[in-house]
Amino acid sequence: MAEAQAQTKEKPPQPKLLEGGQLADHRDGREVVLRLRGVRTQFGDNIIHNNLDFDVFRGEIVGLVGGSGTGKSVLLRTIIGLNRHTKGTIEVLGVDTAGLHGKAERELQARTGVQFQDGALFSSLSVTENIIVPIREHVGLEEQLMRDIAALKVAMVGLPPDTGDKKPSELSGGMRKRASLARALALDPELLFLDEPTAGLDPIGAAHYDELVKGLSRNLGLTVLMVTHDLDSLYAICDRIAVLLDKRVVVGTMDELLAYDHPWVREYFHGPRGRAAARQE
Amino acid sequence: MADAQPTIRYTQRAGKAVVEVAGAWTVFSLRDIRKTAEKALRAAGTGKAKRIVDAKGVQRLDTAGALEILTLAGGPDSQIETGDKAHADLFKVVQDNMCEARPERPPSWLAHWLEEIGRNTVHLYEQGVNLSSFFGEILVTFLEACLHPKRFRISAVVRQMYEVWIRALVIVGVLCFLIGVVIAYQGVQQLRQFGAETFTVEAVGIGMFRELGVLLTAIIVAGRSGSAFTAQIGTMQVNQEVDAMRTIGLNPIEWLVMPRISALIISMPLLAFWGDMTGLLGGAVACTVYLDFTLVQFFERLRDTVGPWHFYTGMIKAPVFGAVIAIIGCFEGLQVRGSAESVGQLTTKSVVESIFCVIVLDAIFSVIFLLAGV
Repeated sequence: MAEAQAQTKEKPPQPKLLEGGQLADHRDGREVVLRLRGVRTQFGDNIIHNNLDFDVFRGEIVGLVGGSGTGKSVLLRTIIGLNRHTKGTIEVLGVDTAGLHGKAERELQARTGVQFQDGALFSSLSVTENIIVPIREHVGLEEQLMRDIAALKVAMVGLPPDTGDKKPSELSGGMRKRASLARALALDPELLFLDEPTAGLDPIGAAHYDELVKGLSRNLGLTVLMVTHDLDSLYAICDRIAVLLDKRVVVGTMDELLAYDHPWVREYFHGPRGRAAARQE
Repeated sequence: MADAQPTIRYTQRAGKAVVEVAGAWTVFSLRDIRKTAEKALRAAGTGKAKRIVDAKGVQRLDTAGALEILTLAGGPDSQIETGDKAHADLFKVVQDNMCEARPERPPSWLAHWLEEIGRNTVHLYEQGVNLSSFFGEILVTFLEACLHPKRFRISAVVRQMYEVWIRALVIVGVLCFLIGVVIAYQGVQQLRQFGAETFTVEAVGIGMFRELGVLLTAIIVAGRSGSAFTAQIGTMQVNQEVDAMRTIGLNPIEWLVMPRISALIISMPLLAFWGDMTGLLGGAVACTVYLDFTLVQFFERLRDTVGPWHFYTGMIKAPVFGAVIAIIGCFEGLQVRGSAESVGQLTTKSVVESIFCVIVLDAIFSVIFLLAGV
C-alpha cells in the first residue's frame, strides 16, 4: 500500500539516471566501495528516502548535499549502521550491512572511520586516549607504540603536539574537529565519513581543513563521503557531488550538476553564494 | 584480515647498515613487532644505528606501519627504498609529521599527587569565594525584590512549588508512613521488656516531630529537587541560555534562582508537616496491630504526652533546610561550564553537599534547642 502510494507520488520528468544515481558514468573500472540499491528509510510513516541508488568509487571524495530535512544526516547514519533501512541493500566495502553482527561487523567498523559534526570525542579522555580507543579495541598494541601512532595522527591532522594531552573541553571547535578526524583515522580506514566537517570553522580554517582532507585522501588512498553545505569545499576538493532530491540521490561532477535542470539544484549552485564560490575557482 | 606477517632483517650492504622489511606492515599486524625487531637486531649482532630502509618487499602498508618501520630504522630522516609510489607517498607523510610528534610520558606519582593537592586547594578556595558572592547576589536580589514586590515572580514560584511540593507528596508520604511503622514496631519490641510498651507513642511522636519527619523529607527533597535544580540550570548553562538571559537584561538570580529558593522555603515546611502526619499515621497503625491500641487511644496519648514544642522544633528547621538545598542546587547549576559531562558531575556533587549540610545543620539545631531547653 505505502509503496504504491510512494510510487505514484514520485515525479517522472527527470533525465534518466545511470547506475548508482549517476548523471554520467565516472566509474572508470574502479572498485565500488559503497553501493546502495533501492534503499528506503522511514520514521513511522514518514518516508525519508525511497528507492535510492548511490555508488561511491575507490579513492574519490564525494560531497553529499541537500536541502534542510531531505535527510542527509539520516542517509549518513543509515550507511554507517546507526539507522536501519527498511528496504534495499547497502554494501560498504563489498559487505552487506543488513543483519551484520559480531566479528564481521567489527571488521567492517575497523575499515571505516566516522567524524561526527561536533567531534563526538569522549569527554572524559584526553585526545591521545581518544585516538588510542579504536586501536586498543580492535588490535591492542604495546602502549608506547599506540602512543606513537596517536602522536603521529595528531601531527597528521595539523594539531600541535601538546594537543594530545588535552581534554576535548579544552579545545576550540576547529581543533575538536581535527582531533575527531585523527580518531577516525586511527586504524587507517579505507572509507571515511565526515558529517559537516567545515561547519562552524572560519574560512581560513575551513580551507586548511579542505586541504587536509584532500591531502589525506590522495596520500593514504582514502575514499571520503562528506555531508557538507560548504560550497567552497564542494568546488575545492569534491570529485563528485551527490544531491538528495525527491527522496533519491543524483550524483555528478560540478559541471554536470551546473547543467542539471532542477529548481533546487539551480538555486543551490547558481545562487549568489554558489556563484561566489565558482568565481573563486 | 589474513595478512602476511611483517618481517624485519638487519644487514650490511656495501658497507652501509640496511634494514630490510617485508610482508604486511599495518596497524593490524604490528602486535609484538618490537620484540621481533629486538630479536632480529640481536641475531644480526649489530648495534642501533641509523639505517637505510629497504621496503621493496612490503606488501601492505599504512601510517602505523610506516611509523614503526621508521622508528625501528632509527628516525624520521632515514633513507627509504621502495618500489611502490603509494608506499613512497605514505612514508613521506609519516616522515613529515613524525618530526613534530613526541610521545608523552605519564608524570611521576609524586608530581601527580602534588598537582592534585594544589588543584583541589585552589578549587576549594575559588568555590568558597564563588559561594559567598553567590550568597551576596541572592541577598541583594532579595532586598531589591522586597522594595519592588513585583520582582518576586509569583507564577514561577507557583510552578516550582508544584514540582517540589505537590509532586513529592506521594513519595514523602509513603516513606514517612513506612518509617513510622518501623519505629513503632521496634519501640514495642524493645519497650515491652520493661513493660513500658505504651511509651511507643512518645517514641513515634517525638522522633517524627523533632527529627525524622523533617530530616527524611529534606533528604528526599535534596535527591529529587536539589538535583533537578542543578540539572535544569546546568543544562541552560551548557546551552548558553543563562548567557542569553543576561544579554537580554534578565537577571538569572531573579528569574532562575529566587523562584526556586522561595518555592523550596515555602514547600519544605508543608512537606515536613505532611511527612510528620503520615509518619504518625504509620506509627498509629502499627500500634493498633502490635499494642491492641485503637487509633483514638493512640492520638489521645499523643495529645497528652507530646508537647507542641516537639512539633515546632521540626517546623523551624524545615525552611532552613529548604533554603540550603535550593541554594546549593542552584549554585552548582550555575557552576556548570562547557560540557554536558559537568552537568552530571555537579548534580551528584549538589546532592551530596546538600545532604551533608542538612545533617550538619540538624546537629547544630539540636545543640541550639538543647541550650534553649526546648
